[in-house]
Amino acid sequence: MNLLTIIKLSLVSLRSNKTRSFLTMLGIIIGISSVIIIMSVGAGAQSLIFSQIEKVGSNLVGIMPGAADADGPPAAAFGIVVKTLTHSDAAAILKEVPEVMAITAFVQGSETASWQNQKVDTTFMGTQSAYTSVEDVVVEQGRFFTEAEERAMARVVVLGAQAAHDLFSDQNPLGQKIKIRRESFEVIGVFKERGTVAFQKPDEQIFLPLLSAQKLLLGINYVNLMRAKISSSDEVTPAIEGIKQVLRSRHNISNPANDDFDVRDQAEALKALTAITDGLKFFLAAIAAISLIVGGVGIMNIMYVAVKERTREIGLRKAVGALPKSILKQFLIEAALLTLLAGVIGVIGGAMVSGLVAVVANYLGYSWKFVVSLFSIIISVAVASGIGLMFGYFPAKKAAKLDPIEALRYE
Amino acid sequence: MELIKVVDLKKEYVNDEVVTPVLDGLSFEIKQGEFVAIMGPSGSGKSTLMHILGFLDRPSAGVYTFKGEPTVDFDDNRLALIRNKNVGFVFQSFFLMSKTTVLNNVMLPLVYNNEPDKEAKAKQAVAAVGLTHRLNHFSSQLSGGEKQRVAIARALVNNPDVIFADEPTGNLDSKSGQQIMEILERLNHEGKTIILVTHEQDTANHAARIIKVKDGLIVDDFKVTARRSAQDGELVK
Ligand SMILES: Nc1ncnc2c1ncn2[C@@H]1O[C@H](COP(=O)(O)OP(=O)(O)O)[C@@H](O)[C@H]1O
Ligand SMILES: [Mg+2]
Repeated sequence: MNLLTIIKLSLVSLRSNKTRSFLTMLGIIIGISSVIIIMSVGAGAQSLIFSQIEKVGSNLVGIMPGAADADGPPAAAFGIVVKTLTHSDAAAILKEVPEVMAITAFVQGSETASWQNQKVDTTFMGTQSAYTSVEDVVVEQGRFFTEAEERAMARVVVLGAQAAHDLFSDQNPLGQKIKIRRESFEVIGVFKERGTVAFQKPDEQIFLPLLSAQKLLLGINYVNLMRAKISSSDEVTPAIEGIKQVLRSRHNISNPANDDFDVRDQAEALKALTAITDGLKFFLAAIAAISLIVGGVGIMNIMYVAVKERTREIGLRKAVGALPKSILKQFLIEAALLTLLAGVIGVIGGAMVSGLVAVVANYLGYSWKFVVSLFSIIISVAVASGIGLMFGYFPAKKAAKLDPIEALRYE
Repeated sequence: MELIKVVDLKKEYVNDEVVTPVLDGLSFEIKQGEFVAIMGPSGSGKSTLMHILGFLDRPSAGVYTFKGEPTVDFDDNRLALIRNKNVGFVFQSFFLMSKTTVLNNVMLPLVYNNEPDKEAKAKQAVAAVGLTHRLNHFSSQLSGGEKQRVAIARALVNNPDVIFADEPTGNLDSKSGQQIMEILERLNHEGKTIILVTHEQDTANHAARIIKVKDGLIVDDFKVTARRSAQDGELVK
């Protein structure tokens, strides 16, 4: 009996029990679609992380206050306030570490900004004049503030594209005065649209001189973060070493274990993030594997029922000359077909969910790549059919061994 | 040479150490072209005998020789092969696949061999029982008599040496039963060996020879003088 005939036979019997066939497949469908979703969303998330970090600009080193926790992110990343870094640290680093081309410190706060009757909730960033050289940003209208304005604690702001639009709609913001916390600032520039960068939305932010933000709005003299631009990627490692030396001597730290700051480059940040996503992926994959096994047991169960139900049919087939191995093949192929079909449905369902995730992410402004790799499809479909063959084997063997007489007498 | 020869054939069933003797030492021969009716009361072992002769079951003791070859050493695959090529079965309860067309039901035995033109052969067998107009009907749409004719077509499709019919009219009204017997008779006249199992005298009378079984033994074995089978040579109708 050739394969095509067996496949036709199996399809007929699967079709004659549509509801049961579908319910049987459900476990496999869920398992396979989970695998596809995990792989696709995982790949999407990783591409997002890469793109976010790439947008910040290459050869960047981040300096955060607070000790690093082994491989994890520093305390400041979790919003814990650490006051050990000041803007004179930034000045010292620029002066003493030759690999550092430019550096800016950051402070930030959340506040409502208003112009006439227009109000927006916004994040304001206090930065230094070197900000535009550290991060690759372009001022589209007007200009960025100067070092002199920074020192003079000037009341000037540069708006993110979205913030400018929210406050001024289509009117020209340059020269207008906006209010933040009852303080008045003149708009001197508007940034070009940038999208999301390092999971932040600079388009919605408002930038002003560091000192102005510290003194006029926040009443602090420490900084939240510093970013330094390094001359080339080969210099990143010595630059990090240099920065650490400068900060240790300025903070009187002799033992590196007592560092009250953390310096890391993008690759390291990337590593920390991929470590988290890899862990998550592994965990989800384990759940998917369990659901596949449960699905397989379901298949086995249903195949036993099918063998029992079709005892007379099996007897008839044997009476007209079916070899035991033909019966075995028939039931095996039926199980494999069932799971293969479930695998295909699972791949399609998983791809659809992943696609939806990508659409939503893109809608929210993240550049999320929708990837369903051929590899994951092949693996899924192969695993599904493999489960069918594995769990279908025992019921099929039972069918093949049925005594034709008992099968024919069976009522 | 005899098609079928059994010597001291015995069969007993053993279930949970309870031994049920069914056949208690039967010996007979059946030649190519004969039309034999095996008769006996219900439970006398007729079906059991037919299953053994048709390679669906094995004897507990005795020698069964088919076409001159002792069958004692045949393994399951060999038995399946013989069932496919050399014998055809017709059962009392038809045993058709219900969600399947007449054509596909008749093709079933061909699925298990490498016959090149399966469909043509199946159509030919369906024509032989006069059901060509029902070819693409589902078997569940047929009357009992038609179902049994489909079963005969299926038994014929591989052109076997012998057709076994176990109470083929048992589930039919007398008119359809009569038709079935006429078909079997015609097939015999065309040269096919037919072994019929029945407990009805009327049905048995279509055969040219009657073997009577009772309590596991042959109690009678005679020719029906009014009938002539293909084996008797020139047919006089
Ligand atoms: N698998 C079995 N186990 C035990 N006894 C059986 C089995 N199959 C048939 N029998 C018994 O064998 C006897 C003969 O059965 P069967 O050949 O079907 O008789 P018939 O066809 O003449 O009515 C019956 O008594 C029946 O109960
Ligand atoms: Mg019987």
